This record gives sequence, structure tokens and C-alpha cells, in this order.
Amino acid sequence: MIHFVLLISRQGKVRLTKWYSPYSQKERTKVIRELSGLILTRGPKLCNFVEWRGLKVVYRRYASLYFCMCIDQDDNELEVLEIIHLFVEILDRYFGSVCELDLIFNFHKAYYILDELLLAGELQETSKKTVGRLIAGQDALVETAKEEANSISNMIAQATK
Amino acid sequence: MALSGMRGLSVFISDIRNCQNKEQERLRVDKELGNIRTRFKNEKGLTPYEKKKYVWKMLYIYMLGYDVDFGHMEAVSLISAPKYPEKQVGYIVTACLLNENHDFLRLAINTVRNDIIGRNETFQCLALTMVGNIGGREFAESLAPDVQKLLISSSCRPLVRKKAALCLLRLYRKNPDVVNVDGWADRMAQLLDERDLGVLTSSMSLLVALVSNHHETYWSCLPKCVKILERLARNQDVPQEYTYYGIPSPWLQVKTMRALQYFPVIEDPNTRRSLFEVLQRILMGTDVVKNVNKNNASHAVLFEALSLVMHLDAEKEMMSQCVALLGKFIAVREPNIRYLGLENMTRMLMVTDVQDIIKRHQAQIITSLKDPDISIRRRALDLLYGMCDVSNAKDIVEELLQYLSTSDFTMREELSLKAAILAEKFAPDLSWYVDVILQLIDKAGDFVSDDIWFRVVQFVTNNEDLQPYAAVKAREYLDKPAIHETMVKVSAYLLGEYSHLLARRPGCSPKDIFSIIHEKLPTVSTSTIPILLSTYAKILMHTQPPDLELQNQIWAIFQKYESCIDAEIQQRAVEYFALSRKGPALADILAEMPKFPERQSALIKKAEDIETDTAEQSAIKLRAQQQPSNALVVTDQRPPNGTPPPVGSLSLVKVPSMSGNSDYNVVDQGVNQTNGTLSKTDSQPPSADLLGDLLGPLAIEGPPGAVHSEQTAVSGVEGVPSAADAAAIVPLEEQTNSVQPIGNIAERFHALCLKDSGVLYEDPHIQIGVKAEWRAHQGRLVLFLGNKNTSPLVSVHALILSPSHLKMELALVPDTIPPRAQVQCPLEVTNLRPSRDIAVLDFSYTFGTSVVNNKLRLPAVMNKLLQPIQLTAEEFFPQWRSLSGPPLKLQEVVRGVRPLPLMEMANLFNSFRVMVLPGLDPNPNNLVASTTFYSESTRAMLCLVRVETDPADRTQLRMTVASGDPTLTFELKEFIKEQLVNIPGASRGPAAPAPAPPKGPAIPPDDPAALLAGLL
Repeated sequence: MIHFVLLISRQGKVRLTKWYSPYSQKERTKVIRELSGLILTRGPKLCNFVEWRGLKVVYRRYASLYFCMCIDQDDNELEVLEIIHLFVEILDRYFGSVCELDLIFNFHKAYYILDELLLAGELQETSKKTVGRLIAGQDALVETAKEEANSISNMIAQATK
Repeated sequence: MALSGMRGLSVFISDIRNCQNKEQERLRVDKELGNIRTRFKNEKGLTPYEKKKYVWKMLYIYMLGYDVDFGHMEAVSLISAPKYPEKQVGYIVTACLLNENHDFLRLAINTVRNDIIGRNETFQCLALTMVGNIGGREFAESLAPDVQKLLISSSCRPLVRKKAALCLLRLYRKNPDVVNVDGWADRMAQLLDERDLGVLTSSMSLLVALVSNHHETYWSCLPKCVKILERLARNQDVPQEYTYYGIPSPWLQVKTMRALQYFPVIEDPNTRRSLFEVLQRILMGTDVVKNVNKNNASHAVLFEALSLVMHLDAEKEMMSQCVALLGKFIAVREPNIRYLGLENMTRMLMVTDVQDIIKRHQAQIITSLKDPDISIRRRALDLLYGMCDVSNAKDIVEELLQYLSTSDFTMREELSLKAAILAEKFAPDLSWYVDVILQLIDKAGDFVSDDIWFRVVQFVTNNEDLQPYAAVKAREYLDKPAIHETMVKVSAYLLGEYSHLLARRPGCSPKDIFSIIHEKLPTVSTSTIPILLSTYAKILMHTQPPDLELQNQIWAIFQKYESCIDAEIQQRAVEYFALSRKGPALADILAEMPKFPERQSALIKKAEDIETDTAEQSAIKLRAQQQPSNALVVTDQRPPNGTPPPVGSLSLVKVPSMSGNSDYNVVDQGVNQTNGTLSKTDSQPPSADLLGDLLGPLAIEGPPGAVHSEQTAVSGVEGVPSAADAAAIVPLEEQTNSVQPIGNIAERFHALCLKDSGVLYEDPHIQIGVKAEWRAHQGRLVLFLGNKNTSPLVSVHALILSPSHLKMELALVPDTIPPRAQVQCPLEVTNLRPSRDIAVLDFSYTFGTSVVNNKLRLPAVMNKLLQPIQLTAEEFFPQWRSLSGPPLKLQEVVRGVRPLPLMEMANLFNSFRVMVLPGLDPNPNNLVASTTFYSESTRAMLCLVRVETDPADRTQLRMTVASGDPTLTFELKEFIKEQLVNIPGASRGPAAPAPAPPKGPAIPPDDPAALLAGLL
């Protein structure tokens, strides 16, 4: 299973973290520090896997951002490597050629998308179309709620005029 | 793309980004946290939108790595908001901020349940997602049936059902005992007919978790998995959106093949045939393409197919095809494929008959050992280690040694350990072994643990042919300008013992040897100096005729250290100085060390521990358990009785092998005699631990790996031999523990009887430590249960079987111990009355498919309830006289006592808190001691002991025990007797045929104790 997902920038800034195994707040910070040191220093022509504390971290760099997923030792590494890419493709579709800034300012969106892709540290949905559709549905729900709220406040405003 | 704006959040994020340095950022974060805190304080004024915004800010701050120790409540409370936008934020932020162990989650259970069983699909999804990501035990208890219902409900849409499948997976994985999956085999089979590939993917993950625990239940799923695989491999009926770079869902293919690896065999010939067709197609039809993603995806499938083929133990032809593929992979440029090639080749070693084909790639693998990528180097090292055998050991070990000088520090320790093990396991001749280890110390001394050089000393001592060679080598290394301290130790030791064999060679006269070793003395630490002193003493002894100048030099050194602050050094200096004045008698006392009894290499044991520790429970591992394979690495499980392994150099050692306790005793006594009074100090470095491995079997206390105690330990009821022993009623069950304990359980127990903290039990998965505090008749023990694995230990149960005299309360032991976590379970003990009976901890847990159960004696023993007390003669004798005769004062002649000098016996008494009062008894051969015993019935009770020994026969003595309580007197007498007679291991603990203790002050006439006392 995937124990956690990390998005770290080249400068070591954390852009997203998602933990599927129980790590305390302290451990989380420690893990991030350790892995940043391990992964960011790796050269470009090396393999995408790092062995770490009896587990494996599969990572992939997109521009200035490193996507990392930590898995068990005997999980299929390449499969996870392509989950990362699938995630990136979905983000790309949603944001329209995604860049790091999109993820910084809309980190909450990235969380929504990740929750449609992975659950309980396992792959949930592999169709980009389906994930896109579900996220659009959620956005629509939020929008309607907002409009409703606006129209109610308008009504109240008019009534109290 | 314009996104639902939360202006406040965006502004805050910009502010953070604009911070010039960490300090500014911290200030900005603190300001914001302060702001959020005040806003949350008067919650009434907060609109849902604001609350949402602040909660997101909190998450952002948390993500940046700052402590956010408030506001969890607000996040959780958003879950119960009526509207979707707030609820969504509540769920997602809660799932990110908290983990399953947080108490706040409890507050949300009801709301979550309502959302799950409610009719709002979007709410169902949110709730399932959160539970799936962080649900703990309580969620499993209250929600599992509802989630199961959703998964199989025909009215639910795929988006809910796929989440339900994974949510259930999480709950099951964490708490398999809570989630009831009886009868799920049929349901799972139905789920595999699902057309929606999203639901099918999720269900397949669930199936993997279920079959990994109970493959026999899910037989009906096997043909369906094969069907799914066929459908995907042939690309039949796979919607476009589920193909990835032209490959029909590679992920589902991988998962399906993973599930298949949990079924031990495929019996149905048709199913087997179709599966092999698919696999053959994958093996042959995967080409390397330019597109990276397509390549990765197809190779993900290919590697999983390889694992499945290995698991199915296909025909030889297909296997060699696999090895050929792997051979190709380990030579390609693409680093990922090279890495995986090496990794899978290591797994392939478990398959019979392919080792020879793998060996053909040795040169290529050695090249990978020098790869710029440490991940690949690690794999190469593992593979080389695994494929090493007698035929290629020389080459491989020499490669490892060569690589050692240039390898990076992170790998050196592992490298040197592995080189040492291989050298030992497969040495073609022993001189080669000595060469290798000395080189190892020379090149990477820091990483050569003491175990390794102890082993060299053992081999050399046990093989006369080797001794001159080893001495020459040691002498050569001493000529090097800067040598590692470990090298100083080992060469000093070897030269001390064997340099006289070189005496005729140039530069090897006693004087030369002495001066070259003595040169090193100023540079070494205090742990090495004692070894050097022993060496000097031995050199002196071997110098015949005596060389006065050398003698004076060495005496001067001894004298110098006579006042050394380090007790070990001081003692040796004093003793050697005194001994070396004895002239020719010295030769007898300082004779060569006797041969060491043969035993399993601690080194190999250590390596096994490391391996079992990191090895995950996996399909591969499962298979390794199911089939006897001739893998050299993991499956090297030998019986616990210390029989030497059938392979390798151990069999070259010409030593009578130790088969039982009787042999052991002979050796033990032999040593004592040879070394006379020096048996404790002669050439033993300071701490017992340091030479623990070397001299372990010679130590006075319990025999390491003593056949008897280990075997009883395995059968579960170590050291509690008599079922008739009323208090420690331990049912003798047949146990099939596949997990072997590390270390000797009985020894650990005995050690803990004398100290208050330490390890009670350890195996590859768990370590149980104990820390105890005793005050009067009460004790507080804390059990530390540490999970050594990276996956949780489940179904943890601990039950205390307490004898009637102890009231014991164990705090709740959690059912699951999270990975790498340690839980503490306090155990309160109250002692009601005197008794020697021992409480037992019945402990079990499940790891993977194996249930491990052990019954461990707890160190809540009689001596813990004693408090030493110092009495003067004026206080002692009136008491002694007032307690006259049985039943308050009991006397017994004890025979078969372990012969001990009086001083040591006094130490023994003191060690179990019966305080010896020196000088009180006018006869120097007697001991008088006193202590206070605490129990609820006796309160603090003074106990007096007198032991009269016979200097002519140390195996018998007369013992008198007195106290104000007849039961106490009897129990204490028996207790002390056990300590004195003390046949190590088995018969310690409650003595098997022990007479029934008197139950009250009135002693029945047939009480054997009374009879015994009467006889005397």
C-alpha cells in the first residue's frame, strides 16, 4: 500500500502531504526532513526508487516539483511510478497545464483530486475522465451552495430594506 | 482557470511566499495562528465561509511544518455542517490533520455514520473517504457492517461502491478481528463480475487483502481473476478511458496478478493453462518503447508477471525464459529497469535450479556494485550476497573487499557484515577466512563489530594449524603505520597466545613483539588496555629463558597500572604482577586458552535478525514458508538447539560438538581448572558483554543455547515443568510457533530476576521489555511491547496467569501495535503472602498468517519483595534465639550445591537482596544474612539466614532460615536452596517436586517441610 504522498519543491518546500499510515505530527516532520535530504540530492540519471527505513519511496520530478509516494518493499514500483504520472495528468487536465503555483494557491483542490484517485493508500480510480467528472460535480455543488447563499442574503437584504 | 476563490487564503499564501527568510515566515505564521485562535474563541460570530477559510489556513500552516495544536475541534465540527461545502472541508481537513489515534475522531463517529447510511450520495462519498483514510478501531466497530452493505448494494452507483470497497479494506486491514468477513467469498466472487473498472480495481485491492490472510476461503475467486486477466491482456471490452498509453488498465492487471500470488497452487488444468497463455504473452510481447510512461506501465505488468511465474513454479523452460529476461534487464541503460532486474533476480534465487543460470551474470552484477546510484548498488550487494556459495565465494568476497575502500559510508557497515558472513559461511580454507577478516578490519575497522573479531579468535584457537599463520599475519599488520584499534586488539590477542610459535623468525623475538605492541598502547582506549596487559603477561611467560630487561619493562608497566582508575585494568595489572613473580608456575596459570565450544555464529544470527526484521510479509515470503526452497539467505532456519549448519567452514572446525548440558558442564569445569583463580580475569576484556560472544559459553550463569531450556521455551511453557504446581497452572498446549525467539527466554528471565529492567522476550517481530519498581509488598511493572516491523501487529492478546499469592492487574493491552511503535502496559502487583510461585504472561499476536503464542514467566519473584537490612550482632542474636525451632526456624542440609567460593556465595546472596552481614559469625566458613520480606499478610517481616559451609566439600552446606511466619520461613528456605543448587535453566523456577507449601500457621503433621526440619 501507499503509506504517504509527498509533494516537495526543489527548495525543500512542502506543497502537499497525505498520510495513509498513522504518523504523529512529530514523525511527519521528521519523515519529510529525512526524505527531502535523500531525494532532492539525487542526480538526474538515477532510478526513481529510494530504499528508506525498510520501505521504498518512488519519486518523480516534474519541473521543480518532486512527487513522492512511499510503498512497501515488495510493492510494484513501476505501477506506483505511473500512479504518480496519472495524478499529474489529472492535475494537468484540471488546471490546464498545471504549474507549481497552481498547486500552491489551490492546494485544497489538489487534495480533492488526490482523494478521488487514492483511498486508504490504494488506487481507487484509473480513468482520468471519471475523476475529472467527479471533481467537476463537486465544484458545481459548491457553486450552487454559494449561489443559494447569495440569493438568500439578497432576499434578506431586500426584505429588510 | 478561475477557481472558487477564498481571498483570505490566497492573500495568506502570498504573504508566506513573499517572506524573505524563515524568521519572517515564522512571524507571519504566528500572527495568523493568533488571529485564527481568537476568531475560533468567539465562534458565534463566525460565518460558515470564514470557518472554512480558517480551517484551510490551519492545514496550510500544518503542511509547512508548524505545530498546530488547536482548532482540531473546529475542523471536526465542520463535518456535521448541513451544507456540502462546509462538510467537504470538514472531512478533508480532519483526514489530513488527524490520524487514527486522535480522540477527537470519536466525536464525529455518529455524524459519519449518519452520512454513510443516509441517502445523500455525495455525503456518503465524503464519509467513506475519510474513514478509508484514517478510520481506526472504533470506526471499524461501528461502521463495518454499513460499509459492507454499501459495497454490495445494487442501488448504489459505482462512485460510492468503489469507495466502500477501499474503506472496508482499510477497516479490515487495521482490525481483521472486528470486521466480519464470514461468507464473503461468494460476495467477492460476485464483485469480480463487476463491469465498472473503477469498482473492479478497488475490489481487487480488497481481494488481495482478504486472500493474503485466508487464501483457502477464496478459491472461487481464482478462476475469475484469471478471466479478468485474460480480458485485459486480450484488450476485450475495455473502455477507452481505462486504457493507459494503449495498455488496458496496467494497474488492474498488476493487482490481479498480485491476488493470484496468494493462492498456493492452481489445480484446475484449464485455468492453469489459460493463465500460462496470458503470462507467456506478457513475457514475450513486452517490448521496449520510446514513450517513458508506456514503457513503465508495460514493464510494471511484466515484472508482476515474472513474480507470478516464479510463484507458480512454472516449467523449467519458462523459468529460464524469465532469467534470460532479467539478465537482459540488468544490463540495460534505463536505471529503473536495471534496479528491478537486480531486485527480481534476487527473488529468483529462491527458485530451484536457476542459480547456475544466474551465476552466468556475475560479472554484470559486480559492475552494478559500482553503479553511481546507491539504490542499484544496494540491490547488487543483496544479489551478490544471495547468490554466493562455495564455488564463487572467493571472487565475490574479494570484490566486496575491494569495493569497501571506495564505497560510501552509508553502505560500509552492511558491506562489511555481509563480507564477514560470506567469508565464514563459504570459506574454502580457514587461512583465507583469517585473511579476509583482517583485511576487513584494516579497511573498515569502524564497521567491524566485536562479533567479527571474536569469531576469528575462536577459529584460530580451535585450529592448531592456523595458529602460526594467524600470528604471522597479525605481526605483519602491526608494521603498518596507522592501524585501527580493532586491529590492535585482535593482533595483540593472537600474538599473546601464539607469538612463541614465530620466535625464530626475524623481528619476532618476544622483545620485538612486545615493543611493537607496546608502541600502540598510548593510542588505544581503556577497553583495549586490558587485552594488551594480558598479552604482556603471556609474552613474559613465553620468554624462556627469562629476559630480565624485558621482565623489568613489563613489570614497570604493571606497576604503573596498579593504580589505574579503571577497575579492570587495575585488577589485571595487580594480578599479573603478582603472578609473574611466581616463576615457572606462571606457565601453568597462563597456559594457552582452551578450545571454544562450537556454536552458531552470532554474526549469522544477527544477519538473520536483520533480515527477518525488514522482510515484509509478502507473496514471496509466504511462498518461502509454503515450499521448502534452497535459498541461501532467508530460509536458513536451523533448529534452535545450536546444531552447526551443514555447510561451510564450521564443519572444518575440529572441536567436539556440544550436544547437551553434560558436555557443557565438563567444558565449564575444565576451564575453571586450567585457569585456576584467574578464570575470571585471564584475557577477558573489561565487560562481559564485550567478549560475550567469545566467552559466552564459559560464563558461570546459564548456558547460552542450552538444549533443554531452549526447547522448553519453544514449546511455550519454558521452565514451568510441573503441571501439578498448583499456582502456575499453565496448560501445556501444542504450539506451532513458526517464529523463533531471539535469545534465550530462560536466561532473559533469570537476568530480570536480579535486575529491574531489561528485555523479557524478543523475536523478529516484537520485543517485550520490562521495567519494574517495587515498594514494600507492591510492585509496578511496565511491559513495553515494541513492534519491530513496518507493518502492524494485530490480535495482540496478553493474559496474566497469576498465582494465588499475587494480585495482578494488567492495564488494557491494545489489540494492534502500529508499525515501529511501542506501547506501554502497566501491571500492578500486590503480594498477598509468601510464595515462590511464578506468574506467567500468556502472550500472543498475529503477524501475517502466523499466530505466535508464548508463555513467559514474569520476574515478579520472591526476591523482589525483599529489602536488605543491616543488623548488628546485638540486634541479630536476640532475634535469632527468640525464633526457636520449627516451624519458625527451619534447618536443612543441602547437597549438590554448585561449588562457590565463599565470597561469591555472599555476592549471590546480596544479589537477591538477602544481605550478608560480614563478621557476625565467628566461624569464617559461615555466612549470616538478614532481609525484610513484604507481603500483605505478613507486612514487613524480618528474615534471618545462616549458612554453614564445609571447606572440604563445597557441594554441601547446612542452612538455617528463621522468620516470624512459618510459610515465609519455608518458602524463603526453598527459594535460597534453588539459588544455591541452581542447575541452570530447566530446574530453576519452582522446583518440580517441591513439597506443598504450608498454607497457614498451622502445619499439618504430614508436612514434608516439618518432617525435613525434624530430621535435622
